[in-house]
Amino acid sequence: MLGYVLGRLLAAIPIFILVAIFIFSLVHLTPGDPAVLLAGDNANPQQVEKIRERLHLDEPLIVQFGIWAGNALQFDLGESIYSNKPVTQLIAQRIEPTFVLAAVTLFLTVAIAVPLGVIAAWRANGWIDRGIMAFAVLGFSVPVFVIAYLLVYFFAVSLRWFPVQGYKPLSNGLLTTLHSVTLPSIALALVFAALIARVTRAAMLEALSENFTRTARAKGLGTFRILVIHALKSAGIPVITVIGIGFATLVGGVVVTESVFNIPGIGRLTVDAITRRDYPVVQGVILFFSALLILINLLIDLSYALFDPRVKG
Amino acid sequence: MNDMTSRAPVADPVLDVRNLSLEFADRDKVTFALDAVSFSVGEGEIVSLVGESGCGKSVTAMTIMGLLPKHGARVTSGSALLRGRDLLQTSEREMRRIRGDRIGMIFQDPMTSLNPVHTVGMQISETIRKHRRVSRRAAEKRALEMLDLVRIPDAASRLRAYPHELSGGMRQRVMIAMALACDPELLIADEPTTALDVTVQAQVLDLIADLRRDIGMSVVLITHDLGVVAGVADRMMVMYAGRIVEQGPTEKLFADPAHGYTAGLMRSLPGVNARMHDELREIPGSVPRLDRKIEGCVFAPRCEFSSQSCLAPLPRAQERAQGHWTRCIHADAVCEAMSDNDIVRAWA
Repeated sequence: MLGYVLGRLLAAIPIFILVAIFIFSLVHLTPGDPAVLLAGDNANPQQVEKIRERLHLDEPLIVQFGIWAGNALQFDLGESIYSNKPVTQLIAQRIEPTFVLAAVTLFLTVAIAVPLGVIAAWRANGWIDRGIMAFAVLGFSVPVFVIAYLLVYFFAVSLRWFPVQGYKPLSNGLLTTLHSVTLPSIALALVFAALIARVTRAAMLEALSENFTRTARAKGLGTFRILVIHALKSAGIPVITVIGIGFATLVGGVVVTESVFNIPGIGRLTVDAITRRDYPVVQGVILFFSALLILINLLIDLSYALFDPRVKG
Repeated sequence: MNDMTSRAPVADPVLDVRNLSLEFADRDKVTFALDAVSFSVGEGEIVSLVGESGCGKSVTAMTIMGLLPKHGARVTSGSALLRGRDLLQTSEREMRRIRGDRIGMIFQDPMTSLNPVHTVGMQISETIRKHRRVSRRAAEKRALEMLDLVRIPDAASRLRAYPHELSGGMRQRVMIAMALACDPELLIADEPTTALDVTVQAQVLDLIADLRRDIGMSVVLITHDLGVVAGVADRMMVMYAGRIVEQGPTEKLFADPAHGYTAGLMRSLPGVNARMHDELREIPGSVPRLDRKIEGCVFAPRCEFSSQSCLAPLPRAQERAQGHWTRCIHADAVCEAMSDNDIVRAWA
């Protein structure tokens, strides 16, 4: 087991290096000169040159990458061109709302999607199944911002149950925070849940057609035990995998959702940085998200061993 | 439809299947899967259902267990009495109490019949806890006893093993332990040895035969392998195309086969004096489609003894000797022709 964990950890390192190179190239191959932008409309060429030197933009790309990567290893992602604050500090300030939003979304998603998928598989091809799958197709096809605005219209503007926008930090109490992220979380969860419900259904159908399900029935076990203890546990791996893949989608969703609901999270930070061509922040945020995704995938790999005893180091 | 065993061949049977007919209805086609199947299983008896794939052996077992899908499979006549109680009229809720408790079942493929993500001990003790009000610990103790009973070495550590850590033979033993954990009156074994190595097959069959004696349960043994039947079954039912064509005590059927199909099955076995390069004799032709009701003998088109009269609606099954019934109208000719067969001579 320990060997399996170490192996997975080591495998993550080259991936992370490749991702870092990719992010760096992506930002530096985009047209536009940040030095000119930064210097402002009235700057003379000398001033632009000075800025270029300060940001090492005059060095060869490979040297620039070396400097950036070396600093990044020491958790120094540079300073924002726009606000002159360290990028790590900007990310740290914005991490709470995004983290809360993602955690609540994940919880809602699993709580909605897994039971729906199990029920759909149990009642496969019946009207309950068709209803659930119709919901899944709808949830997957309607863009997040449409769902978000619909939710705002009904539950915030008309019914006034939830705030229209904004985020209340955890320092105001957990319930206040949860109240403020309910609508954005639901909006995100609906999209995410559609995908997971479909995969859960498919994995459950396969498990239910296995011989061990027949054995479970021949033992006289009840429906709940067959569905949850026998079928769902053996269907766990594809389900947990797609939850992980869904996380990547969630990152994109967070950016949109934070804009719609005006939540000061990392998604907003990203959008602002891109529109201002704030290169260090863009690089830092993408690197942060990449590291997060690699970490999540690592956790998912490790969780396989929990679901299936045959997975070992 | 004539009923082969209008009189039950055993007194006070544990299982008495009478005149069981079943169809599978698809959107536009109907398959007549079972046609007036009747047999009974006495106390402590091993009764074998023999026939080739698709003849209805497993469907019979699944019908008795109430495990066929509700949509599609339709019982059109008959009953399956477990100690007088008709399982076909029993609610699903009640059937759950009977399955695993009064009837245990094991299957062909022990590799896939156990759940790979749960330990062997958990899978045995959950059966016990489903049917008995006992503590987790008591159930585990019972599971351990069961593993000992089916002669699994080092049973205590095997309780925590996962199925993939055991060999095929061991897994089938675990299946047997699980099926017998609640002392069922009846064990239905659906091709229990087919997926196993030959040496392991014999061990598993011996185990079933011994347990039958020790626990006093009855067994329905489903197989396509006459060798398996010859080894352990007290009586055998030969099935073909959804019907029982001949039934009787095992030694009677081997010594005095009285149906063209039974004769064909026996001829396709290598005899006692067979040599390496002797060709096995197969039955020509293939199993009939069951999308319409066949009035006459179902085997007639492939039977070397058949005549025009086999295609007419069949007369009642004839009893050739005590408990030995055949639906073949040329039984005497079959018997005569088989008298020089190796196997028949060995049993006669």
